[in-house]
Amino acid sequence: MTNWDRFLDSFFNMRVAAEHLPKIIDGFCLTIVLALCIIVTGLAAGLLMAVIRSFAIRPLNWFIIFLVDLFRALPPLVIIALLYFGLPAAGLSLSGFASAWLALSLVLMAFAEEIFWAGITAVPKGQWEAARSTGLTFLQTLGFVVLPQALRLTIPPLTNRTIAITKGTALASVVAVPEILGAAQAGVSFSFNPTPLTLGALAYLVLFLPVVVLGRWIETRFAWKR
Amino acid sequence: MTFEDFALAFFSLDILRQAWPILLDGLIATILLSLTVVPLGLIGGIVLALLSTVRHPLVRWPLMAWVDTFRALPPLVLLVFVYAGLPFAGLEVTAWTAVAIGFFLNTGAYYGEILRAGIESVPGGQMEAARSTGLTRGQAMAYVILPQAVRNVLPDLISNTLEVVKLTSIASVVALPELLFQARQAQSVTYNATPITAAALAYFLLLWPVVRLLSRLENRQLAGQR
Repeated sequence: MTNWDRFLDSFFNMRVAAEHLPKIIDGFCLTIVLALCIIVTGLAAGLLMAVIRSFAIRPLNWFIIFLVDLFRALPPLVIIALLYFGLPAAGLSLSGFASAWLALSLVLMAFAEEIFWAGITAVPKGQWEAARSTGLTFLQTLGFVVLPQALRLTIPPLTNRTIAITKGTALASVVAVPEILGAAQAGVSFSFNPTPLTLGALAYLVLFLPVVVLGRWIETRFAWKR
Repeated sequence: MTFEDFALAFFSLDILRQAWPILLDGLIATILLSLTVVPLGLIGGIVLALLSTVRHPLVRWPLMAWVDTFRALPPLVLLVFVYAGLPFAGLEVTAWTAVAIGFFLNTGAYYGEILRAGIESVPGGQMEAARSTGLTRGQAMAYVILPQAVRNVLPDLISNTLEVVKLTSIASVVALPELLFQARQAQSVTYNATPITAAALAYFLLLWPVVRLLSRLENRQLAGQR
């Protein structure tokens, strides 16, 4: 066997690939489910916190700023480990999926709050005053006048951040969630052949290459003329 | 779960007293690791950004494919692929080497995108003016274009560096004894989450100043884009 054959037999072994493809596809679906859960809860929580912050209640705002800073400074894997390995010692168990979901949602929440808030503050004060003077309430102003303008501003940074955090779903493999990487690693130790890892890497490319290209497009499409 | 259980499981001073030498080793390794992978990524990024100024399609398209591929693959997937895959190709790699390779590929692509945007933000007249004063293309790039490019994208560079430092925690997956790995070791021996809490606290104290700085810079950036 030449070196090239050996390489093909290791990384592109068709027999192993056929055997483990179903598991990788299951993992692919699980990655998508986990990613969607994180995006929905993370963005919703982030927007909610930015809206609460606009009420300008001092102690509440300090708390929000602290929370945001905390989850921007902590590595996601550390948060996952704290939830998954730490909570059982206190008599409370979270599944691997729930730990990863909660941890990455908190991280996305922090980044999203920061971006939404920057968007809200970027809307000129005159917009607030004009809307309020037409008789809209504070919440109506926020909902119908300020947020629509703010959200448009936040689309490019938010897209990029969301993509980056969604890729963190791979971290869930550390807490035994059989998403793509978890399924691939299980396949490698089962077959003693790295082909499942190749499949896993390809699955991630299929999932994230279009997203990365989309992010690049959104960045130019929504770019602000300076 | 009473409050006391919780405090004992996450904030036990006894456990901390036993675990801190191990944690300190981990912290030092994390700092060393960061000081290794950040310069590596920056070097890769500068090379990619400089290549992106070449307009030839034979350079342009492979470069874009390279950058998008390594931005699409989750860093943990790259790391596991390098660490668990390469031995099958007859290349034994240590955890440090695997981390260095994985981070070089991943963070290099990110730094490359940021620096490319920076170079593109410098007006073309700068290069022409610099060349007309007698500087070579390389000199003009090094002394005129790059300094301005770096200044223009400084917030993004700092933000990416913060992410890279946080990301070093994934090295724990390949048993490199950095902060999270050491904390996990101590946690599994004592069956108490205090070491992980302590590690989280260390990350937070180390990175909080950077987060504060970034939050200021980013707010200014988004507000200035209107």
